[in-house]
Amino acid sequence: MPASSPRTAYWRGVRTALPFVIVVGPFGLLFGVVGTEAGLSIAQVMGFTVLVIAGASQFTALQLMQDNAPTLIVVASALAVNLRMAMYSASLAPHLGPAPLWQRALIAYMNVDQTYALGHADYEANPRQSVAEKVAFFFGTSTPVIPVWVGATALGIVVGEAIPPALGLDFAVPITFLALIAPALRTLAHVAAAVTSVVMAILLAFLPWNLWLLAAGLAAMIVGAEVERRMEARR
Amino acid sequence: MNYTHTELWLIILALGVGTFVIRFSFLGILGDRQLPPWLLRHLRYTAVAILPAMVTPLILWPQATGGQMDPVRIAAAAAALGVGLWTKNAIWAIVAGMGSLWGLGWLLG
Repeated sequence: MPASSPRTAYWRGVRTALPFVIVVGPFGLLFGVVGTEAGLSIAQVMGFTVLVIAGASQFTALQLMQDNAPTLIVVASALAVNLRMAMYSASLAPHLGPAPLWQRALIAYMNVDQTYALGHADYEANPRQSVAEKVAFFFGTSTPVIPVWVGATALGIVVGEAIPPALGLDFAVPITFLALIAPALRTLAHVAAAVTSVVMAILLAFLPWNLWLLAAGLAAMIVGAEVERRMEARR
Repeated sequence: MNYTHTELWLIILALGVGTFVIRFSFLGILGDRQLPPWLLRHLRYTAVAILPAMVTPLILWPQATGGQMDPVRIAAAAAALGVGLWTKNAIWAIVAGMGSLWGLGWLLG
């Protein structure tokens, strides 16, 4: 690929990521609306969005906070949602490991579901890129995704007041999550994990300090992994 | 919500730092080394293991109805899940879910 350079890789990243703005935007908007309605200040809502940049864990924290769960449980449960990102980090390391530390730190900060999925897919499809091109591609995918995420949250804070409660926007949170979960139920193991998760959430609802979420998540992870192991053993 | 200002910022900062550490783990600290297969197998299911538990009470016992089960919300959730499974497309699932919520709410309202 003689014509390729970090510059072309960057713009290829921007173009690839553009359609994903459709998913990221409404999700960020919703966090702005729901966070403000829950009683967070503007600075706190933006603090979440800029420092954490992980919608699912932010909504998890918000939900537990509305139940006044202990601080430690809020943080532990929301971090558990983000554990999958250790896997993202590990699978990017062989590609981006040789890049300078500041670039890796910046990539880690912007390593969200969308940028990870696009970056990883591109590195697998074009393995002969230089490290500089791979880094540039990742920065390219982040260029539309991260500002739209932050901007949409800010917009949500502003327009939230104007949205009448009759629209049932509170229910957009579970609907959005169902919409993210359903396409991820690709295998029997994924379905088994999700079903365990729901059943345990109901059975363990009595647990003190809102421990039900962590406990249900852990049980469901174990079930998913075990079903996968058995399916593979049978092959 | 019953948290002091300090507690709220503590949650935000802890979540921000913790999330960064998770994301930076292999890229920055542990480097290019293989995760044990059993750990990978568990990490693969974190999202589908925790998020369904998180939405379950929101669907069954919504705060907006004071914790009462609401057939319209349950039907809307079922529509989102069904369309999401069928189309594998998050946008269509959201359209189906919110469409059912508004449509049924209007019909029955």
